Amino acid sequence: MSRIRIVVGPQAFDLGQEYAALVTGDVDSGAVAAFVGRVRDFGSDSVMTLEHYPGMTEKALAAIVDTACARWPLAAVTVIHRVGRLAAGDEIVLVLTASRHRRAAYDANAYIMDYLKTEAPFWKLEQNSAGRQWVEAREEDDTERQRWEAP
Amino acid sequence: MKTLHLVYFARLREAFGSAGETLATDAATAADLVAELAARGGVWLAELGGGRVFRVAINQDMAQLGDALPDGAEVAIFPPVTGG
Repeated sequence: MSRIRIVVGPQAFDLGQEYAALVTGDVDSGAVAAFVGRVRDFGSDSVMTLEHYPGMTEKALAAIVDTACARWPLAAVTVIHRVGRLAAGDEIVLVLTASRHRRAAYDANAYIMDYLKTEAPFWKLEQNSAGRQWVEAREEDDTERQRWEAP
Repeated sequence: MKTLHLVYFARLREAFGSAGETLATDAATAADLVAELAARGGVWLAELGGGRVFRVAINQDMAQLGDALPDGAEVAIFPPVTGG
């Protein structure tokens, strides 16, 4: 059984603390992959607000992580996704994957992010001095996800 | 007649001016429900009438338009997701 930690909330996360918690007591995982997603600067005084669907968000993330755990030999997975108001440079999302070998850690990490971006119910609202707008979904994100579905 | 608990998110919540509603309906599938809402006209037709892309979740699972709607279901309608 993989150790799974999923957190959705407004709090900032600390990569070092999350890494330490992930590997404590685990001397079998020879590889840990970490992905951190950050808010890009999109204009002066820019603020991003992350909305989500409480209940479904956690359920969707758990399903994505479970599928990854069935596909790769993962000892532990951490997924943290922030919601609420964020500024340029703030961290939005953290995915940590621990495995015996690096390929599984890398691939499972990318898989979780590709599915998170297309299946987990989060929406970004950008506001700056020029106005406000909901971020449109990118077709490239669907393409990225589809590479995992090829036979 | 069945009762559905509808919830709207992000751009659609703002366009509809509503975070959700309880609806008594005969809609059998998600497609029936969407057609019923689009028939309200105005912003409902603009968002759900085929001009824009949206997603539907039934009881907090992503759904297809052909999926059946159980009585008492929570049905969410929202734009394609943009997290991460």
